[in-house]
Amino acid sequence: MLQRIRERISPTDVVMWLIGGGLMFMVVWGSIATLIKGTYTTRHWIDFVIFGLAQGSVYALIATGYTMVYGVLRMINFAHGEVFMSGPYTAYFVAAYFYRNDFLEAQPILCLGVIFLVSMAVSVTIAFFLERIAYRPLRGAPRLIPLITAIGASFFLQYLFRGLYGSSFQAYPDIPMLEGHWVIAGIRILKFQAVVIVAAVMLMFALYSFVMKSRIGKAIRSVSEDKEASALMGIDVDKMISMTFVVGGAAAGAAGVLYAIMFKQVHFFMGFIPGIKAFTAAVLGGIGNIPGAMLGGIFLGLVESVGPSLFLDGLGIVAPYQLKDAIAFTMLVMVLIFRPTGFLGERLAVKKA
Amino acid sequence: MNRKLIMMLTCVFVIAFAFGVQAEVKDPIGVVKLRPGEPIHVAYWVVISGPNTSLGTDIFRGIELAVDEFGGQIKGWPIKITGQDAGCSAEGGQAAATKLAADPTVVAAIGSACSSAAKPGVPILWKAGIPSVSPSNTAPFLTDPERGDGYGGYLRTCHNDKVQGAIAANFAFRKLGLKKAATIHDGSVYAEQLAQVFAKNFKQMGGTVTSMEAISPNDTDMRPVLTKIATGMPDIIYYPIFIAEGGFITRQAKEVSGLEKTVMFGADGMFSPDFYKAAGMSAVGMYHSSPDFSAFAGGYAAFLKAHQKKYGEKPIAPFHGHAYDATMIILKAIDQVAVKEGDNLYIGRKALRDAMYATTKYQGLTGTITCDQYGDCADPKIAVYKTAADNVKQGVMPSKPVWKPY
Repeated sequence: MLQRIRERISPTDVVMWLIGGGLMFMVVWGSIATLIKGTYTTRHWIDFVIFGLAQGSVYALIATGYTMVYGVLRMINFAHGEVFMSGPYTAYFVAAYFYRNDFLEAQPILCLGVIFLVSMAVSVTIAFFLERIAYRPLRGAPRLIPLITAIGASFFLQYLFRGLYGSSFQAYPDIPMLEGHWVIAGIRILKFQAVVIVAAVMLMFALYSFVMKSRIGKAIRSVSEDKEASALMGIDVDKMISMTFVVGGAAAGAAGVLYAIMFKQVHFFMGFIPGIKAFTAAVLGGIGNIPGAMLGGIFLGLVESVGPSLFLDGLGIVAPYQLKDAIAFTMLVMVLIFRPTGFLGERLAVKKA
Repeated sequence: MNRKLIMMLTCVFVIAFAFGVQAEVKDPIGVVKLRPGEPIHVAYWVVISGPNTSLGTDIFRGIELAVDEFGGQIKGWPIKITGQDAGCSAEGGQAAATKLAADPTVVAAIGSACSSAAKPGVPILWKAGIPSVSPSNTAPFLTDPERGDGYGGYLRTCHNDKVQGAIAANFAFRKLGLKKAATIHDGSVYAEQLAQVFAKNFKQMGGTVTSMEAISPNDTDMRPVLTKIATGMPDIIYYPIFIAEGGFITRQAKEVSGLEKTVMFGADGMFSPDFYKAAGMSAVGMYHSSPDFSAFAGGYAAFLKAHQKKYGEKPIAPFHGHAYDATMIILKAIDQVAVKEGDNLYIGRKALRDAMYATTKYQGLTGTITCDQYGDCADPKIAVYKTAADNVKQGVMPSKPVWKPY
């Protein structure tokens, strides 16, 4: 009996569970201590949650790009952060032009629409050619090779845009329509945050129904399940892989504009950190799974915003926001210890890789 | 017989070697030998990419104008200025310093721009015998008596943040009459130490520090940390950080409930038109502590004229004058120690360092410069500036301070 238990549980498992349990205990203890201390009122917590939702929905949109590409190609497209950067950085020049001509003030919705379209168009183009030039020739190569190519492509795109637009940052113009705040049911919410959250949710819904309902979406899903069988059923596999990059690029371009609306700065290096975070979100949610990526993104945004105050304040750690990233990545470790496939990742019957 | 021969040969070698060295210039660290026409190589290592580019560009312009003013040559040898990008980070400083240290022609260095880069970079340079004068590292650590041997070749022409932090605290507590302050730093040597000095002085005067927060340099979403600060209801937030993150904080503080009326107070690291670009109209009404241009010596008017003529705009950050003075100290010291023998010019590295440290009562742009034994050379005059709407619209720093402590 004891023998059998010992065979089933390896020492590594025990260590992992101890680490996980210890972290969990710290989180719970810290949260309770913070709540007892009562520094924060309910309004503060609501603010934290709204900030987290806004940031998280941008992560979620980027994460869908990672997860879709992983779904069809089983590779991590590390250049996706740069696809995200290219759109809003280019659209900045359009926005600045509108701003100089006072067009932004007169027709804010039209302008925003144009900015969105430009950003998405640029990101889609970059993503399309990225796949065409950097990944397609290596389709049959061992898995490590496209991965290294992706890192190379990421650097290439970063420094391409540095060369094109310069190395200093650019400030997005203020959009008067989105200044100030609304009070909804007693909760104060900043206008642009409401817009970002609503827009992101709409985009995610559109993306999800595109993948689930449309013919192309169905074809993409069938390619992700089995390339050979899809080809035998008359699906153009290469075209569907391109489509995956196009859809992911469009989501990244839109996310980029939302990011620019929230933070009002664009820079050639701006895609790096959100890219890493979105990749984390995709893994959290179970890579390859679209709703999982969305859930992971929002979860990560919430943890980054609420976590330092909730977990660390009670433990008496000073300046907890410096440890924001540490918390986010610790969460990743914990989720992977307890659920190696992520929140919604399915256990694969046949190893696809 | 054999032993005698060896003895004799050894003697010959020793004598020849001694004469050989004596014929040139002696120096305990090393000598740079320049043949006719070979340039005197002075290198800068500052930030020339990323959001803090304006800081580096401003320094570079000060250097160029100083070299122009000096005539571009010393004893008939041309001065060559080259540069490395040290970024505004420890990694960047290390990389740039390693590159400079590997180049035996480098006589002296100017930099770095950010204290974070100086901390690992300066010891690497000094190990290679290259003294470095910084126009803008203000962190107290770098000239602290406890700083260690690696910083033996380090000097600075800007103020020590012990001065800036005290003046900022004084302004907030005495002039504005504010009793509760919060600080934010970004983990860099500069910001962390300056925030600490400010908090220490503010507490000593009788004020309360509600919280001392920190962010990491790549953060963009400052609203959570600002919400945390808002729970302490401070009257003023002192955030001596850099341009990009400073812009985020300035913009987002206005959006956090409880901080709408809080006074925002930054420091010299983000006193630049680029900061106005980052913060937009939310910067209007905020304060910056920074060197007082109006207290600069008489030569400053001529400097501004030359600057306008050469670059077509006003200075874009606070440290052009300090860079000019740093360059002048180096060039004067080289002029002093360089020895012409035969056709060649010899510069002793230790002698150069000592000559730079010996600078006393030099009338620079930024005031009267006298270096102490730890390399603090500045004659610090720090004032507080207030940003008006016109400054942001036109993208120029305010030229007159609202308050001076002297």
